Amino acid sequence: MSDTSKKTFIVREIREQFPALRQQVYGKNLIYFDNGATSQKPQLVLDAINKFYSKENANIHRGVHFMSQKATTEYEESRKRIQRFINARKSDEVIFTKGTTDGINLVANSFGELLKTGDEIIISAMEHHSNIVPWQMLCMRKGLTLRVAPINERGELLMETFEQMLTKKTKLVAITHISNTLGTINPIKEIVSKAHAVGAKVLVDGAQSIQHLKIDVKALDCDFYVFSSHKVFGPTGIGVLYGKESLLDAMPPYQGGGDMISKVTFERTTYNELPFKFEAGTPHVAGGICLGKAFEYLESIDFDAAEKHERSLAKYAEDILDTFEGLRIIGEAKDKTSVVSFAFKNIHPFDIGTLLDKQGIAVRTGHHCTQPLMDFYKISGTVRASFAFYNTIQEIDTFVEALEKSLNMLK
Amino acid sequence: MEMIKQREEEIVAEFELFDNWMEKYEYIIELGKELPLLPESEKSDELLIEGCQSRVWLKTSGDYRLIEFHASADAIITKGIIALLIRLVNKIQPQDLVAYDFAVVHKIGLEEHLSPTRSNGLNGMIKRLKNEALKQCKA
Ligand SMILES: Cc1ncc(COP(=O)(O)O)c(C=O)c1O
Repeated sequence: MSDTSKKTFIVREIREQFPALRQQVYGKNLIYFDNGATSQKPQLVLDAINKFYSKENANIHRGVHFMSQKATTEYEESRKRIQRFINARKSDEVIFTKGTTDGINLVANSFGELLKTGDEIIISAMEHHSNIVPWQMLCMRKGLTLRVAPINERGELLMETFEQMLTKKTKLVAITHISNTLGTINPIKEIVSKAHAVGAKVLVDGAQSIQHLKIDVKALDCDFYVFSSHKVFGPTGIGVLYGKESLLDAMPPYQGGGDMISKVTFERTTYNELPFKFEAGTPHVAGGICLGKAFEYLESIDFDAAEKHERSLAKYAEDILDTFEGLRIIGEAKDKTSVVSFAFKNIHPFDIGTLLDKQGIAVRTGHHCTQPLMDFYKISGTVRASFAFYNTIQEIDTFVEALEKSLNMLK
Repeated sequence: MEMIKQREEEIVAEFELFDNWMEKYEYIIELGKELPLLPESEKSDELLIEGCQSRVWLKTSGDYRLIEFHASADAIITKGIIALLIRLVNKIQPQDLVAYDFAVVHKIGLEEHLSPTRSNGLNGMIKRLKNEALKQCKA
């Protein structure tokens, strides 16, 4: 990685790299506070997408011709860049998927095949539906038990209870690194060491952490880490499953098809080695290459300063929102990222979201694919502002004014 | 059909008075606030039109000659939208409602609420209104 001291972080300059931020909606300058749902793309990624389809488009791992070789090389270079970025031991441990959901389903279907009736899987009360439903399906299929580690009102995992839930029966802990609804950062290192102590593996849902924290899978010692490209400034339709080599080796393939085989006869097929064993069919070549570009972009900025800026935005917004009458911040964990979820007693989030939208402000409203979490807080949904490093304090000021105006209309 | 067309024209004319989106929504919110409430006890699951973000209850009465609606919703904007729809199709012959294309939605610029992402169930509301009318026609 290049020398951090030479990198700068100036929001105005950063914003220039994101053309999507320079547009108007309903005649207002767009304020994009829905980064938890998906992030905007820097010019480097946009140019790479254009270049790929204009000049480099070819299938990979199959052609002898120039373009196929070049595309294959770039695709594999991207895999290596991702390996370095998350500090995996080998690039073979980086499997390209369609995204977080796909990565979780891969593990549920493949690793899940190795589990037996009576085994237990633990998730947490703050999981996204993507990290609930695949496990429910697996449990139904294999006669496993799904257990849910509880949280407190602030939205923090109850570590003591979680520890008590861990037994020899626990085979997997599947937990989010950062809650998309609450912003809570879970203590993954501690969770991993506790889980490993009983012989359980740990899958980390990194959908909300890869763009906010410096991820080091070796230091975390997690067994699987999954994320989506589109939330980390890359294209949609691609993502990554990191898995420890020994585990991935022991797991059966998930989908069958081209690329994942070594030899096929009608009687018997032998499978390709890692990572190809888990990448059946023509992959999202452009996506894979351009996700690498997103990481190249992230390596070019001062990531620590970016993270600090994001947290200061969230703090600034929370301090103001706290002064609003009847407003309740949902998610007050000590360790929290730049997500601010809030709800009003007598005002529906949909009304606020709609009126903010008409004032040019994009937020998310609703249950954020975490319905059980909404049930826990006894609310139907929240308004969520989720910030990226290209957002500004001025934007928050405008957002607060727009929110006040909306509330006055709804009174 | 004359009746719906006339009401549609009235509504379109009202919306033409607004200069911007906020004014439009201010009006929709007013309609929502004015919508007579369904008593809590009547908000049964059968009446519920489940949308992703906001819930709407629709109660139907009348017969093949005249159909009548009462509604409620948990979000004010959604309430305003269902109030607008009811104003359009209340107390008309069910067969007219079945035949009506709800062009008004486009004419007053609310088509964004038809998209699945908006999910306040405008599509669901229109479908339910038509279904209720269809039931009366058959009965
Ligand atoms: C915590 C978390 N997990 C999983 C997902 C699912 O990601 P994707 O839809 O990209 O597969 C999301 C996205 O909203 C998320 O925030």
